[in-house]
Amino acid sequence: MSFVMPVLLLFLIVCAVFVAFTQNPLSAIIIYMAFSLIMSIIWALMQSPDLAITEAAVGAGVTSILMFVALKKIHAIDVKETGEGKEDKDNE
Amino acid sequence: MSKKREDYEKSFWYKISSFVNDGKSFATKEIKEEKHIVEEDKSINIVPMSPWDTEEIERTGLYDSYKHWSFEGILKRAQKFYGVFSVLVCVLIIGILLFSISKLPRFGNAQNPVNNEVSRRYIEKGIEETGAVNIVTGMILDYRAFDTLGESHVLFTACIVVFILLRLDTKDQKTLEEAEADDRNFEPKNDTILQKVTRLLVPPVFIFGIYVILNGHLSPGGGFSGGAIIGAGLILYLNAFGFKKTGKFFTLRLHKIISIIALGFYSLSKSYSFFTGANHLESFIPKGTPGNILSSGLILPLNIAVGMVVACTMYGFYVMFRKGGYK
Repeated sequence: MSFVMPVLLLFLIVCAVFVAFTQNPLSAIIIYMAFSLIMSIIWALMQSPDLAITEAAVGAGVTSILMFVALKKIHAIDVKETGEGKEDKDNE
Repeated sequence: MSKKREDYEKSFWYKISSFVNDGKSFATKEIKEEKHIVEEDKSINIVPMSPWDTEEIERTGLYDSYKHWSFEGILKRAQKFYGVFSVLVCVLIIGILLFSISKLPRFGNAQNPVNNEVSRRYIEKGIEETGAVNIVTGMILDYRAFDTLGESHVLFTACIVVFILLRLDTKDQKTLEEAEADDRNFEPKNDTILQKVTRLLVPPVFIFGIYVILNGHLSPGGGFSGGAIIGAGLILYLNAFGFKKTGKFFTLRLHKIISIIALGFYSLSKSYSFFTGANHLESFIPKGTPGNILSSGLILPLNIAVGMVVACTMYGFYVMFRKGGYK
């Protein structure tokens, strides 16, 4: 089990770098969600399950949804560009 | 701009960036866009769009117009330095942080200043004095309940500010209709898969949230985590079924009532125990046996209060961002 933690931490760094270098805001938010999810797994492995619950609910859930709505409001998620506009709405 | 490398397309960074950006390299794309602008300037002598051109913003949408903003060349000139400076600042901050981390005492050392008599007392006498098996909850809702009160009020204040900024003018019929039409963009109309999955998923989500709140003093979790889970469940339900269904049980009135009752109860009960003997841990509810759900005095009602405020705030944030008002 000792290899799990370094792999997760490496994944965190990769996510953080790719959020900065992604041009599409939508994919940046989705990578950010992945970051939060990995972070919550790390919290659980470090034996603080209450933080893991909060991170999963707030970081991966509510924050990214607010960002999706904000992008939609400023027309950054274009239905024509993504092809299937329905996918923007039901991320939870 | 720096010198263009001949073998750039073979480099590692080019491969990464093209992988991230779906086959297009952002470096080459940027160069192409710049050339395009220059050509336009020569042929038609187009006036660069200013960020204060409201008509153009309305036509193209805020984000698209932002792409073509130009601050009369200042931005272009500054962009040359942005790359260098951002790397410098990043390296500086990383260096400072790594330096200060190297000076910190070793993690878990018994001689650390963190391991003083306060934490020892919390660990040794925590269950006895607060009645909470979960020591973390015992700390944040009993020894340091004043901090948690401040945190709840920070969240409430943030919610109020979002209300002030984003709430619609309910007296103006035209803006209301516009918001209603705009809101249709977000609502999947009778998406069968989403609705079926939501029907299955939302009740367990709510029950788990309530479980986390009620067992805050016995197991990991507490008011904030449980409230966030319930808020996320409410948002999911709203996404699946729309405002017509959620408006039946969650209105602005209910939001106000819950927030006021929960925060008022928290403030009153905690100020009672603060004023009657500064940080004295006595309360009017008996402690009971540790491990039972009706134990640890005030912590259970306080957890419920915090959870309700957090759930309302999360849902309120989403509604305000999306539509700017309840039904």
